[in-house]
Amino acid sequence: MSAIDLARWQFAFTISFHIIFPAFSIGLASYLAVLEALWLRTGQDVYIRVYNYWLTIFAVVFGMGVVSGLVMSYEFGTNWSVFSDKTGPILGPLMGYEVLSAFFLEAGFLGVMLFGMKRVGPALHFTATAMVAVGTLFSAFWIVSVNSWMQTPAGYSMNAAGQFVPQSWLAAIFNPSFPYRLVHMVLAAYLTTAFVVGAVGAWHLLRDRGNEAARLMLSMALWMAAAVTPIQVLAGDLHGLNTLVHQPMKIAAMEGHYETRAGAPLILFGLPDNAIGATRYAVEVPRLGSYILTHDWNGTVRGLKSWPATDWPNAPLLFWSFRVMVGIGLAMLGLGVWSLLARWRGGLAQARWLQRAAVLMGPSGFIAVLAGWITTEAGRQPFTVYGLLRTADSASPIAAAAVGSSLAAFILIYLAVFGAGAFYIVRLMGRPPGAGESGPDPGLPSHAAGIRPGPAASLGGPAPQH
Amino acid sequence: MALDLPMIWALLIAFAVLAYVVLDGFDLGVGLLFPFIEGTPNRNVAMGSVAPVWDGNETWLVLGGGGLLAVFPLAYAIILPALYAPMTAMLLGLVLRGVAFEFRWKTERGKFVWDWAFAGGSLVATLSQGLMLGALIQGIKVDGRAYGGGWYDWLTPFSLMTACALVIGYAQLGACWLVWKTEGYVQDRAYQFARVLTLGLLAAIGLVSLWTPFLDAQFFHRWFSRPAIFYVAPVPVLTLYTAIRLIRAVQSRQEREPFFATLALFVLCYVGLGISFYPKIVPPGIDIWQAAAPDSSLAFLLVGAAVLIPLILAYTAHSYWVFRGKVDADGGHY
Repeated sequence: MSAIDLARWQFAFTISFHIIFPAFSIGLASYLAVLEALWLRTGQDVYIRVYNYWLTIFAVVFGMGVVSGLVMSYEFGTNWSVFSDKTGPILGPLMGYEVLSAFFLEAGFLGVMLFGMKRVGPALHFTATAMVAVGTLFSAFWIVSVNSWMQTPAGYSMNAAGQFVPQSWLAAIFNPSFPYRLVHMVLAAYLTTAFVVGAVGAWHLLRDRGNEAARLMLSMALWMAAAVTPIQVLAGDLHGLNTLVHQPMKIAAMEGHYETRAGAPLILFGLPDNAIGATRYAVEVPRLGSYILTHDWNGTVRGLKSWPATDWPNAPLLFWSFRVMVGIGLAMLGLGVWSLLARWRGGLAQARWLQRAAVLMGPSGFIAVLAGWITTEAGRQPFTVYGLLRTADSASPIAAAAVGSSLAAFILIYLAVFGAGAFYIVRLMGRPPGAGESGPDPGLPSHAAGIRPGPAASLGGPAPQH
Repeated sequence: MALDLPMIWALLIAFAVLAYVVLDGFDLGVGLLFPFIEGTPNRNVAMGSVAPVWDGNETWLVLGGGGLLAVFPLAYAIILPALYAPMTAMLLGLVLRGVAFEFRWKTERGKFVWDWAFAGGSLVATLSQGLMLGALIQGIKVDGRAYGGGWYDWLTPFSLMTACALVIGYAQLGACWLVWKTEGYVQDRAYQFARVLTLGLLAAIGLVSLWTPFLDAQFFHRWFSRPAIFYVAPVPVLTLYTAIRLIRAVQSRQEREPFFATLALFVLCYVGLGISFYPKIVPPGIDIWQAAAPDSSLAFLLVGAAVLIPLILAYTAHSYWVFRGKVDADGGHY
């Protein structure tokens, strides 16, 4: 393998590990804010029990997100130095804002959030939770803006040194694909979290029908599934139409279209093959492809062959990762509808098969998020800045042996560290959400990010028990 | 007069890196000393003394790296490939020790694994940082707008020496931190470490200071030509004075002074390094104005930095204030 392939594998590997954690913590932070708001409003104990149950898990997830993110912020330089030099004047400040604003809100208020209700009082504590949730959304805002700029660059000019330099910050930040991608990603994070929460609720409900906290988790999660999945389908469709305008080649690869046709079919399944320039064994619905993409049964859809083959992305990968994402989306939609029927027919607590399905769907959000990101990122290839800077011209002047050995080291350490982390998280999820639920022991140094600014009044607090 | 934005940013990033070195320095140092502190309760105390602050300390590394990419993209694009292996090792070391803070409390049977991850990760991260420091002082070969040297350029007798020096320096910071924040067995142990490490640190500073000027004509000129020698003379004089105070403070079992004296030595060494480097950001070839992004990039991020960095500093100060005093016997002191 060449140095550039190894560098791409390394990036794909480290960012795939990384995205799991933010996808979970963005959703979980907002979920925690909702739970605490409901608790403050209704005074019902069950809300704060569920809050504390998930807060413990949030602390671990958030920590792993921060350490895996630290690696990303240096990997741009180690493996992609030419890219960093050329895009740094635009992408650097955007990432700088991500670091500054996100670290400030998250790291600052995470301390109060984990510190424990008793020390700061409910109002301040809720403020902290809400600020952490806002902070995770800020993170998403800036980093998705960076990514979107790479897909649909705007607001730049080139200088003599060949760097992209800012012309209009507003145009660069709010580049054409950014709003769609941001909405699609945040909703994906919410759904991912909802399905994890739902699976944990269902799991404990299957073991103990009377567990009130588990019932609450399942019910809230399935309301999310029923309400947000349709919105996500709509957002995904709009994102797709936006991509058709700005990156039509990506759409052609996702749909397996090589030929430009009027009245193009929708290819359900098949084996796209860049080598022969056709999708083999295609199972098609006539004309539906044109209708979906152009809203006209006879609309013309461009195929990959209308562009030079040297610019094509990996069509089979896009074709299949896109179908995995859509398939999971439809399954989520199905579970949402099923849950509405179950509520109507006597309640979720009785619906054992629905609960089993919810357990099975627990990790589905992560797979969908990964599949979606693979679609959009592999669809950007062979460019790092779409249409302007080729991946082959972006890498560092590093020998393949060096990139290969660092890749091996990353794989080894990540599997050990995040494997252990996943094990601890699953074990935490295995605890039944009981009456005596408490948050992370305030005495435990139990998070990997954020200064913990506590009130001076907390000095001399109770000794921790571990 | 227009603001010299590259200059302002160079000072800001230099400050972020210094903040990182002294802050993460002591908690990495505690990691280095970890294997020599025996008994789980004592280790709990040692780890507990840095647990509330280490993550905030590491924030400065992200700020330094992110800032470098944003305002000096050319420097970022040259330095990181040049330091490829130690940079990768440092990141992995930091990952290992970072999760150890967390995972160590989640298991009984596996605790020893995370104890080793904490110590080993700290050692790898410190050695890597020392190697990178040495490589940077020695200078980085540049070819056009890219790194032009070889894959092992960072590995030289000089960089090995700075790596050892940094291990001694961080361990000394860690020992003095433990002297300040703990009592009983851990504090006694820390005094023992500090007595040896103080001498080691002073020897290391002497060696690096004498070696560095002979690596590069600019460095030599900065320190030994007239009239420069009169302007820079306060640095070695203050270093000598601080060194004497440090030795006395450790010998007379002062609690706070050893830490701050060591801190002062770090700051003085850093200032000395700054005197040698200025105005180069990638020595010997590239200065801060050549490496800077356009003013529009620098100004855009400066607005946010001007608001948020003071807030982050205030948080940090507040956090240290909250966690003042000795760590209690359970290792968590709040």
